[in-house]
Amino acid sequence: MSAARRVAGKLGGLLLTLFLASLLVFFSRFLVPGDPVSFLLRGRKPSPESVAAITAQYGLELPPWEQYLRWILGVLRGDFGRSLQYRQDVSEVIGDRLPVTLTLVVMAGLIIAVAGVAFGAIAALNRGKVIDRIVLIGLTVLGAIPSFVGGIVLIALFSVGLGWFPSFGSGDGFGDMIHHLTLPSIALALVFIVLVGKVTRSAMVDQLGREHVEVSTSRGVARQAVVRRHVLRNALGPILTVSGVLVAGLIVASSIVEAAFGLSGIGSLLVQSVDRLDFPVVQAIVLLVVFAFVVMNAVVDILEPWIDPRSAAGAGAR
Amino acid sequence: MTSSTPTLAIRVLRAPRRPRPRLLYWTAVVVLAVITLAATLAPMLAPDDPDAVDFMSFLAPPSPAHWLGTDSLGRDILSRIIWGGRTALIGPLAVVVFSTIIGILLGLWAGWRGGWVDAALSRVFDVLFAFPSLLIAIMAVALFGKGLWAPVIAMSIAYAPFVARLTRSLVAAERTRPYVSAYRVQGFGGAWIALRRVLPNVTPIVGAQSTLNFGYVLAELAGLSFLGLGVQAPTADWGAMINEAQSGVAAGQLLPAIAPAIAVVLSVVAVNIIGEELSDRIGGENPA
Repeated sequence: MSAARRVAGKLGGLLLTLFLASLLVFFSRFLVPGDPVSFLLRGRKPSPESVAAITAQYGLELPPWEQYLRWILGVLRGDFGRSLQYRQDVSEVIGDRLPVTLTLVVMAGLIIAVAGVAFGAIAALNRGKVIDRIVLIGLTVLGAIPSFVGGIVLIALFSVGLGWFPSFGSGDGFGDMIHHLTLPSIALALVFIVLVGKVTRSAMVDQLGREHVEVSTSRGVARQAVVRRHVLRNALGPILTVSGVLVAGLIVASSIVEAAFGLSGIGSLLVQSVDRLDFPVVQAIVLLVVFAFVVMNAVVDILEPWIDPRSAAGAGAR
Repeated sequence: MTSSTPTLAIRVLRAPRRPRPRLLYWTAVVVLAVITLAATLAPMLAPDDPDAVDFMSFLAPPSPAHWLGTDSLGRDILSRIIWGGRTALIGPLAVVVFSTIIGILLGLWAGWRGGWVDAALSRVFDVLFAFPSLLIAIMAVALFGKGLWAPVIAMSIAYAPFVARLTRSLVAAERTRPYVSAYRVQGFGGAWIALRRVLPNVTPIVGAQSTLNFGYVLAELAGLSFLGLGVQAPTADWGAMINEAQSGVAAGQLLPAIAPAIAVVLSVVAVNIIGEELSDRIGGENPA
């Protein structure tokens, strides 16, 4: 199959998944029994104006499929409706908070990639030895530390105890923001390091037992070069795949970290909107997270053959 | 996976006795047993009423009267942790049981029927995989309100596809085994073979994998009540306790937040160690 056809096929699957996911996000509201106006205006005084506004925004007088059509056509133009708590466009509210969350997720992603691959590699290269067991047990414990627990421990140690990092807010300017987001990104990364670490270990252990590694070693290639060129490179495929899956989880988990560190990103916005019964914002954020997941997975799928040409031939490690 | 792979029973019997020390595993079993027992017997074990407010001592340090001190409302922390074990364990248990039942049935259907059923269900699972479980739980709260049960039902749906995918691949492999055709030749119906013979063969492997979900769900539900979206005050719950005590951390009041945090971490570590051991022992090889 040619590369172009393969990419086109992937894009088709991506669009179908996105379409089905949007149906789920939109029609979830119909699971709530009762009148949609009173659901959408829960906790607010249903004045004639607000009832008229919400009816117009959702097109509630139309049949369900037409409501969906209106909504999805708006979403495609970047119009997610209006926030009930801010009386502002949802896209503006989200746009204001996106930079903090994106920086947090990117920083956590870097920590996860570096620490996960490092721990996995150390364990794999010492397979069966004491170091391997220590790393594995360490990863199991690390994986059991939810981000809100990690956050509290980090605050207690590094901001209350040592005073190195702030415990609240996201700071002003880029450098200050990195400084403010250091502890939150570590707290966010903890649980996910385990996944990448374990996948790295098993992928590398798998490669270490293969013939091409044995052959290179017996040819006298230096151990370091064998590991870098033959083991790690071949193990990248599975590592990349698991990383693609992680992104959506990171965005959602950042809602907990943002709450623990008083950051105003889209994670804390999601929680706050659930709390203040602002359904349009909830819907928009859920859709964005799903979009990020689907797109990241498609990108990983499309990139995979360049990293591991065997997977294009359908004979990869899948 | 071809028909030459032995059945589960033989695989368990043949599993090599690894010389690996079991100390860790048994420690985990003991820890989990203690936590479960404490939660079950909370009315008898807890030294205090978890909701009783002691007006004489707010944020008191550990003392003979309050072994772990009191929280900002003067409530005994140890008693709240013992009682909090109830919601902490019952939620994940329900999610694991529900998601395993739904997932096994759907996976059995997809793997046994194959064809369009399989294709359609796989597509549905693909869509559900795009929703992280915590997100589905938060959405359920947005739709149906705060509390323990809306997130539990939502997470059962979120975890079911993982179970179903594993079941599907196991069942698809099992379908080609000689014993299945032997039953067919004898005139047994497909549904009977699937439910009475194939299902019992795949259930232990799937069940062992499902126990691994318990820890994740426990952490996620605790996170949800930390966010104020799960179990509601004044019910004692570990996540909610951490949330209430969080502001004290910056002021150096560590114990009210750290004590429930340790309870969460200990439970998750114990469950994960047990789950890994079980799936190692029963799973043998993972065809997924």
